[in-house]
Amino acid sequence: MLRYIVQRLLLMIPTLLGVAILVFLMLRLMGGDPVEVMLRGEGANVPQEIIEAERVRLGLDKPIVVQFGRWLGGMLTGDFGVSMWTGNPVSHEIASRLQLSIQVAVMATILAVLLAIPLGTLSALYKDTWIDHLIRVVSIAGLGIPSFWLGMIIILLLLSYFHWHPPLTFTPLLENPRENLLQLIWPALAVGYRYSSVATRMMRSTLLEVLQEDYIRTARAKGVYERLVVTRHALSNAMLPVVTVVGLEFAFLIGGLVVTEQVFNLNGIGKLFVQAVARSDFTMVQSLVLLVAVFFIVVNFVIDMLYAWLDPRIRYR
Amino acid sequence: MNPSQSNPQDEPLPLGALAQAAHAAPAMTLPGAIQVDYRIPKRRHPLVAFMRQQPLGTAGLLIILLMVLAAIFAPWVAPYDPLDVDYAGLLAPPSPEHLLGTDNFGRDVLSRIIFGSQTALAVGFLSSLIGSTIGAVIGVASAYFGGITDLIIQRLMDIILAFPIIVLALAVVAVLGKNVIFGIDWNLIMAIGLPMIPKVARVVRSSALSIREMPYIDAARTAGFSHVRIIFRHIVPNVVAPYLIMLTAFVGQAILLEASLSFLGLGVTEPTAAWGLMLSGSAIDFYEQAPWMIVFPGVAISLAVFAFNLFGDSLRDWLDPRIKI
Amino acid sequence: MKLRHAALAVAVASLASASPAWAETPKSGGTLTFAVSAEPPNFDCHAQSSFAFIHPVRPHYSTLLKFDTANYPKIVGDLAESWTVSPDGLVFTFKLRQNVKFHDGSAFSSADIKATYDRLRNPPQGVRSLRVESYADIESIDTPDAQTVVFKLSKPNASMLANFASPWDCVYSAAKLKEDPKFPERHILGTGPFTFVEHQAGSHWLGKKFDGYFEKGKPYLDGYRAVFMGGAPMVNALAAGQVLAEFRGHSPADRDRLVKALGDKAVVLESPWVCSLVVSFNTSKKPFDDARVRRALSLAVDRWTGAQALQKIALVRHVGGVLRPGYELATPEEELVKLPGFSRDIKAAREEARKLLKEAGAENLTFKLTNRNVAMPYTPVGVFLIDQWRQIGLNVQHEQLETRLYLAAQQRGNPTYDAALDFNCDFMDEPNLQLMKYISADRSALNYSGHTDRKLDELYDKQSGELDKAKRAALVREFERHLLEEAYVIPTIWWHRIVVLHKQLKGWNITPSHYVGQDLTDVWLDE
Repeated sequence: MLRYIVQRLLLMIPTLLGVAILVFLMLRLMGGDPVEVMLRGEGANVPQEIIEAERVRLGLDKPIVVQFGRWLGGMLTGDFGVSMWTGNPVSHEIASRLQLSIQVAVMATILAVLLAIPLGTLSALYKDTWIDHLIRVVSIAGLGIPSFWLGMIIILLLLSYFHWHPPLTFTPLLENPRENLLQLIWPALAVGYRYSSVATRMMRSTLLEVLQEDYIRTARAKGVYERLVVTRHALSNAMLPVVTVVGLEFAFLIGGLVVTEQVFNLNGIGKLFVQAVARSDFTMVQSLVLLVAVFFIVVNFVIDMLYAWLDPRIRYR
Repeated sequence: MNPSQSNPQDEPLPLGALAQAAHAAPAMTLPGAIQVDYRIPKRRHPLVAFMRQQPLGTAGLLIILLMVLAAIFAPWVAPYDPLDVDYAGLLAPPSPEHLLGTDNFGRDVLSRIIFGSQTALAVGFLSSLIGSTIGAVIGVASAYFGGITDLIIQRLMDIILAFPIIVLALAVVAVLGKNVIFGIDWNLIMAIGLPMIPKVARVVRSSALSIREMPYIDAARTAGFSHVRIIFRHIVPNVVAPYLIMLTAFVGQAILLEASLSFLGLGVTEPTAAWGLMLSGSAIDFYEQAPWMIVFPGVAISLAVFAFNLFGDSLRDWLDPRIKI
Repeated sequence: MKLRHAALAVAVASLASASPAWAETPKSGGTLTFAVSAEPPNFDCHAQSSFAFIHPVRPHYSTLLKFDTANYPKIVGDLAESWTVSPDGLVFTFKLRQNVKFHDGSAFSSADIKATYDRLRNPPQGVRSLRVESYADIESIDTPDAQTVVFKLSKPNASMLANFASPWDCVYSAAKLKEDPKFPERHILGTGPFTFVEHQAGSHWLGKKFDGYFEKGKPYLDGYRAVFMGGAPMVNALAAGQVLAEFRGHSPADRDRLVKALGDKAVVLESPWVCSLVVSFNTSKKPFDDARVRRALSLAVDRWTGAQALQKIALVRHVGGVLRPGYELATPEEELVKLPGFSRDIKAAREEARKLLKEAGAENLTFKLTNRNVAMPYTPVGVFLIDQWRQIGLNVQHEQLETRLYLAAQQRGNPTYDAALDFNCDFMDEPNLQLMKYISADRSALNYSGHTDRKLDELYDKQSGELDKAKRAALVREFERHLLEEAYVIPTIWWHRIVVLHKQLKGWNITPSHYVGQDLTDVWLDE
């Protein structure tokens, strides 16, 4: 087991490095000059010398390898660099917005799980009946509806019928739970619906597979009471892949909040990302993407560990 | 989806179809004779069998066919030219002349939705096809050659997988810009197809791995058969099922991703007719006056993705329910 | 004084803005919440050019002069109590107010003015000033005593007095600038009506009433909260009454939506806008190096009908040339229709366009119109232009790019675009500002078409030093005609500003510029 853990840990390093390089290159290739955007974006009359001076100040005139080295070196010591747009430390900018994004992601997850477990179970137990068909239709529909469209419709309905708009600025949960929840429940719903669909389908398919196992069939042959007990066992066995999917979707979600935050005007890292890309704020985009990628890789790793611990076959590949 | 990339599953060959067909066939009897159950499977056409057993999937398939026909025959089916600006008839509500109303430029919404299906299907199909095929090739190569090749390829896949989908798509679009040939933006297609590659590679790899472990592969190698021949004769048939399933599943995802990118302004641009584009900006501004601008394109997207998912789901149930995607 | 006349009386007689007569007595108290659709990167006025900066930050600072928004374009003193201009227009003497304090309690004096303007026209190493060009004609700044400041120009400049009313000329503390010339980038210390409380990046900006403000009894508000939001979410918040205004401008669709949602609580203010959309041609690329092709493309556009149609869905409305229609020095309509591209007889114009294209051998021209990725008003006007060019048989592709890519395509020295839709916005009506876009590439950083035309340069310099209004107008008209014939950069349609306020918000007047009048000194809430 230990060997497996170490092996997987070691494999993480080239992956992380690869991500860092890819992100960096991607941005530099992306074209666009943060200085031009900042100074000329609004049509100001800026002489070329000022633009050049800014570029030197931001270190954009050095060769790419040097810039990369500086950035990577900084990252390893915990210095994420400074935003090219505002000049404030990147870690600062991200930290102030992270709480909101994480909260929406957590709320969406809770919603998804609350819906997925009962619905998925019902769908599996009553396979091919109208209950199953209905739940499948609902969850497949959830996969299809663009969450940004759903978000737009939610807000517009709130406005048209209740003449009410969610609070504009973020208040932390502990400060004022009412304001906080009133603002964040709607994006959580818009995102959570899709999320719950994925989880429901996963629940259904794994439960179906578990229900075909021998020990279930034996239990069935033995009688109803056994069946109830066994169903509970079946459920707990089926939960593992579901938990896995939920964990992974959560990691995906952090990156996927980009569009939702635009629609609901939430001051989270999704919105920060879109703005940073628009402004060609290289340092910000690099750090954000790396952050999300690292998060995803770590979650992946944890899940792999969980799987290996529970299923010994995997360790001895 | 099975998240663990290192879990060699014992995947049986997809004989499910035939076996199921066999069970569905009634026992044959001759009048007055001894009841002998010959159980010769009645040769039903797989399509018919599918339609019988998977009603939901069939519904999905029909919707898809409808869309494809609309896309192909768009110039004949659509009542107006989607680019026809009509400043006199702006924001007209649905009427006999304009069944779904007009938008803020006076363009017919129905025509734009019909032509939009061209963009959606072209982008959806092509990106899914390219992404899945490349992914399948990588997966098979990775599984077959094993060793260092496998390790490196898996790391590359991990790297791509680590990026949030929209970031990846955004990045590709941003780096490559637009590249329109024959009216299709190939860079957009690559941007949408790229995130699919590692996922398909993973699933295909586990299918291929299970075959590779089998002794007759080694036997074939010893007999001197070339790699290519072994791959095509033995491994590929085994991965066709998961490949097809992922292919159909990803078309839906591709359509959604294209809609999101167009919404963010990075996909197709005005005045092209594309569903995601129809939802951005003006549609929201004009919500009160012209709700049809926002409702119908959204419905179109949802319906399309819904249909593909239904079909893909049923395909998986039918071919092999054990495949976890 | 001729100069005073010229500067003060650049009156827009037809400025039919619905300026409500605030005959009521202002009430003190309350916090104003308004929306700003973009955010400034740092706090230094001198280095900014976006309204995103002005709206949240301007209330913290004062300027030497400012515009009287109820009587635009009248100029009144802000920090200056009175001023005189010498007959030859070369010496400006300002008498400053007394008892003005900075937010930290320190006293204000003429030294602060001198330090501010020295920074503007001659920024030290590492400091950015975007106004160097505007103040190039200042030769020296003297401060004979703490209440007097004297500007000496090297040559007459018709725009100079109005320049001092620029909202970008925030007056900084000389002492702080001496300590650290980059102080204003991260710190706010001004003499304005509101002190800085908080800026939460991405979220909001807070300001509080300054009790030591030099205008007694003002500001009326206790404070303000600028929330950073744009697009649909912003309109939603306005409709719900959670923000009381957005001071830039709305599209006609948003206006209608807001009026419907707010009912009688909505106040709609409209005014022509000192903003226009222009089409730039890349003169370094064939066939746009041929004036015939460029002129043909300009002739094909039916600006009059377009403006009529577009005003329903976009924030453009007025047809004008290089200066805003309605501005005193702008070409009146009778004259405008005689200029190439502005004729009402579009059939004849299009025929001529086709003829010119044929002559130039560019009949079946196919090219790309590069446009910004912004919905209002770029998208509709882009779509409109492409449609117009379709009418003369040309196939034009619409390429909408994000700002950074858009700027990259226009990069000076290596532009890759064919034709680009660009904007030309300024903080006031002033030929020196508006014409800057059209002069030669080596003179103007705003020249993206790459052309060099000494005649235009010459006319520009002449009108800049011409203090007589009529003569100046004639020079500008000559400039305009020549420009439209060469058509390097062609004006299309001018914008129309629509602001919807909640009726609680009083004391704010609309002007043709969204950069002006945002100090919030006279604004009050009627709750």
